[in-house]
Amino acid sequence: MTPFQTIFAKELRCFFVSPVLYVVGAVFLFISGLIAHLMTVNAGQQAVRFLQVQNTYAQLNLNELVFRSLFYSLDFVLMFLLPILTMRLFAEERKLHTFELLLTSPIGINELISAKYMSVLVIYLGLLSLTSLTPIILSLYASFHWHPILTGYVALAFQGGLFLACGLLASATTENQVVAAFLSFGMILLIWLLGELGSLLGDTTIGTILSYLSFSEHYDRLVRGLLEAKDIAYYLSGIVLTLFIAHRVVDSHRWS
Amino acid sequence: MIAVQHVSKHYGRHTALDDVTFHVKKGEILAFLGPNGAGKTTTMRILTCFLPQSEGSVMIAGFDCLDQPMDVKRHLGYLPEIPPLYPELTVDEYLTFVGRLKRLTPQRLASRRSCVIDQTGLGHVHHRVIGHLSKGYRQRVGLAQALIHDPPVLILDEPTVGLDPKQIIEIRELIKSLAGSHTIILSTHILPEAMATCDRVVIIHEGRIVAEDAPNRLSSRLRQSEKMSLTVKHPQPDWLERLGMLPGVLDVLPTSTSNTCTVDCELGQDLREKLSQFVVSQGYGLLELKPLSLSLEEVFLQLTRQEEDAGSGESGHPDSSEQPPA
Repeated sequence: MTPFQTIFAKELRCFFVSPVLYVVGAVFLFISGLIAHLMTVNAGQQAVRFLQVQNTYAQLNLNELVFRSLFYSLDFVLMFLLPILTMRLFAEERKLHTFELLLTSPIGINELISAKYMSVLVIYLGLLSLTSLTPIILSLYASFHWHPILTGYVALAFQGGLFLACGLLASATTENQVVAAFLSFGMILLIWLLGELGSLLGDTTIGTILSYLSFSEHYDRLVRGLLEAKDIAYYLSGIVLTLFIAHRVVDSHRWS
Repeated sequence: MIAVQHVSKHYGRHTALDDVTFHVKKGEILAFLGPNGAGKTTTMRILTCFLPQSEGSVMIAGFDCLDQPMDVKRHLGYLPEIPPLYPELTVDEYLTFVGRLKRLTPQRLASRRSCVIDQTGLGHVHHRVIGHLSKGYRQRVGLAQALIHDPPVLILDEPTVGLDPKQIIEIRELIKSLAGSHTIILSTHILPEAMATCDRVVIIHEGRIVAEDAPNRLSSRLRQSEKMSLTVKHPQPDWLERLGMLPGVLDVLPTSTSNTCTVDCELGQDLREKLSQFVVSQGYGLLELKPLSLSLEEVFLQLTRQEEDAGSGESGHPDSSEQPPA
């Protein structure tokens, strides 16, 4: 086993023996199921109203009525839940003093960070894949376009990936898990607000730059079904940059 | 095996280590002795490549700590002050994890794991979760972790802290049994521990090395007089003064019990025969007469006191390691 695999396997094991993953997973799946249920009921009521007024069966757009709102709500839920998944990654190592063990073993900080990041990403993608029950069940009773749903999932995957990278960075800066969670929540909120500020400033240069830096407009395009290279590039570069900063932070503990 | 040359470490304006130089030969056990905050842990962290030094060079097993950290890390086992354990893993899982981190092959890992479990006496807890173990066992798991890849160099930061006396003896025996095949540096602020386990002692105080020698030679080098403890059965009011008038006796100090005193004699003279003759002839009733050797505690206090006196008295550095008794 390479050191990457060793740490990756150990991280996964630690996730499965701690209650945090089960709590976060249960809350995430319950809320996503509840939102999907509410959206579907809402769509049904609209169909009934349509029937009463026009006396014909309407072609309702489930993509718009159910899935788009579902993706937007899930984005919001992730903002709160993912910092809780990532808070222990480095903070706990420092608290337990196992950080010294890792840094005095013949492994690089690159391997350490990538293994920890991949482990939490795999956990998150696993949770995300469980929410695919909603479109699968709905597809038995209704018809809709699969393409925007797939890009929506791509959006959620990248969005979550970015949040997890922020969480890992926050966790590397402190040995207190609660502080790490709040710090990553604050970082995510700040990036989100950049977009709001950008749209407030409108079409000015600064406005465009701020909107580009925020994930909102990139997420928007993917959820609407537009799969563009620039949005993927935004997410990938954001994740790599955040992990790079985390690398510097971890390394800097040795110098302070 | 370990060569530390002119190493200093600064934290901003604070100097944690100041021009530290020492060498450890292959197979030797060196004790690093000093009060809390003297720079022991900082030195250990520099040796393990966890902290980079500000100045100087550190070579371990022929590799430089700054230039070849990966090679250095492969050759050393490190037990930090607080054992680095994951409470949710079992002892077996934990040792497997560390063994893989140290890049052992699966076959070698299996044999080494059972070997260190035997060595550290973890046989009947190896399947238990570390979080449920007592402090003594956790310390042993920490030691097992440092030994798992059979490193030629072992660095142990206070390895017996928090153990009960029986466990302390066991761990010391284990450390002694590792000497010869392993080069060991252990830090401690417990002086008898250094006496019991080590070939050589380095005493560090406020970031500087104040003495370096074998434990027994350190105490003899600093002795300024021969000291003897004398106990009699019938002390008389003026017995201390009369003892003091004997030729060769420098001073007689009373102790807390009225029939015992400490006799200071001139260096190099054995006055035991004369003293016993005198006590018997005066009818005091000799109960006990024994030479006192300076304990490492006293050596330590003396050295650190000298250091402080020198520091306040003159501006220059006292020549640390070869300082003669004042």
